[in-house]
Amino acid sequence: MRFKIELCDTRRLNSKPQDLTDAYGPPSNFLEIDVYDPQIVGVGRNRYTTYEVRMRTNLPIFKLKDSCVRRRYSDFEWLKNELERDSKIVVPPLPGKALKRQLPFRGDEGLFEEAFIEERRVGLEQFINRIAGHPLAQNERCLHMFLQEETIDRNYIPGKVRQKDNRDTCACSMYIYFYITLIQS
Amino acid sequence: MNFFGFGQTADIDIVLNDAETRKKAEHNSEDGKKDKYFLFYDGETVSGKVNVTLKYPGKRLEHNGIKVEFVGQIELYYDRGNHHEFVSLVKDLARPGELTQSQTFDFEFAHVEKPYESYTGQNVKLRYFLKVTIGRRLSDITKELDIVVHTLSTYPDINSSIKMEVGIEDCLHIEFEYNKSKYHLKDVIVGKIYFLLVRIKIRHMEIDIIRRETTGTGPSVYNENDTIAKYEIMDGAPVRGESIPIRLFLAGYELTPTMKDVNKKFSVRYFLNLVLIDEEDRRYFKQQEIILWRKGDIVKKSMSHQAIMAAQRFEGSSNPERSHSQSAENDKS
Repeated sequence: MRFKIELCDTRRLNSKPQDLTDAYGPPSNFLEIDVYDPQIVGVGRNRYTTYEVRMRTNLPIFKLKDSCVRRRYSDFEWLKNELERDSKIVVPPLPGKALKRQLPFRGDEGLFEEAFIEERRVGLEQFINRIAGHPLAQNERCLHMFLQEETIDRNYIPGKVRQKDNRDTCACSMYIYFYITLIQS
Repeated sequence: MNFFGFGQTADIDIVLNDAETRKKAEHNSEDGKKDKYFLFYDGETVSGKVNVTLKYPGKRLEHNGIKVEFVGQIELYYDRGNHHEFVSLVKDLARPGELTQSQTFDFEFAHVEKPYESYTGQNVKLRYFLKVTIGRRLSDITKELDIVVHTLSTYPDINSSIKMEVGIEDCLHIEFEYNKSKYHLKDVIVGKIYFLLVRIKIRHMEIDIIRRETTGTGPSVYNENDTIAKYEIMDGAPVRGESIPIRLFLAGYELTPTMKDVNKKFSVRYFLNLVLIDEEDRRYFKQQEIILWRKGDIVKKSMSHQAIMAAQRFEGSSNPERSHSQSAENDKS
């Protein structure tokens, strides 16, 4: 009787045991943005809706770990355009512009219809969470201004944000970059 | 030879001398179907008999010569007209004349060089075959018999591990390690991924095996990438200091040895692709080439006693080897 005997060493490679504070401490990737509290501002034909945009994070790249600002739909549009122009990211889509809702003689409240505002709020929340978590977007000044400064200065000088030097990384020397691709579902 | 009546024709049959004992190997055809062919190695003699059977007994078959060829050739699918023959041997079986009855011819190609492994890919095919030709004025009668060639290697002298730190500055730093850089086709990839910094929300991590087939030269190089395997190694979000093990058995996948610049016409290379996917479906990946090689089968005629006992657990009672290993040992392995 003949048998083929294959012996392969499949034992795990040795690795450093994990520091318990790393294992049980808070993760370093905490980032949550809420878009809520829609408020209608202005009178008559010059009304528009603003939303509260609250960010909580422990990522060192963001100056404030807890920030709260008020933004309207066109501010989100501005952010999308800035990112599309300056970064190499494929920017996720915004909820629709709803031009039809701005026309007169509608049977409903148009842009201020409750169901529509809620739908838009959800879409804006998804958009901002998606983009704020992107490593390349986090380098853009426009994103930081959008999330953490009270007003958006549309005459700002676009540029990149550098990481503060108090890194909690271990000593890394030269390394090779990953490729990132963003798959649009 | 008549044009309007029944001209004489013949069937050709090629039979190898060692057809009974020679192993067969499975090989994919161009349309993906698997078939079995006789397996040869470099330097082996190819010998056999050619049976020419006349279709209409009594009629003569006039011919311009009968020959048998052993051919090794590379076929690029986009350039089918030009076959690149790298092995071409001919033996004449019969001088121009006529066959009055069915006949058998012997042939032998001694110690034939077969420098490359048979390969059927997406854009290129490398094959070896025997071809018998009965030359005739208007149309030859031919028959081909394909064989498969495997190239064997031994354990490489140097087989260093692959260890590298990769990442995106201040977002994700990992160190990956694979235990070898050269693996045989039934080997196991043992490795680990160590997380140095995790500031993104990872959902899962997988390892893919990619085959890259490169055809053409200079400006018209064409790379065809095929994902042979996708193997999830982690599900969930890791944190700093975690080490994820990798254990990937290659025997389960359809792999060939790495083929570099075969006859300056094509290459087949393999890559491990480490892919991390985050909560927003962003993919972070790092490709690393590995060398695959084919190990010869070792057939052990004598086994250790323990191995025999282990085999008997599955085989049942009728085992001729048992008589050799009859000792008072208990079955405690």
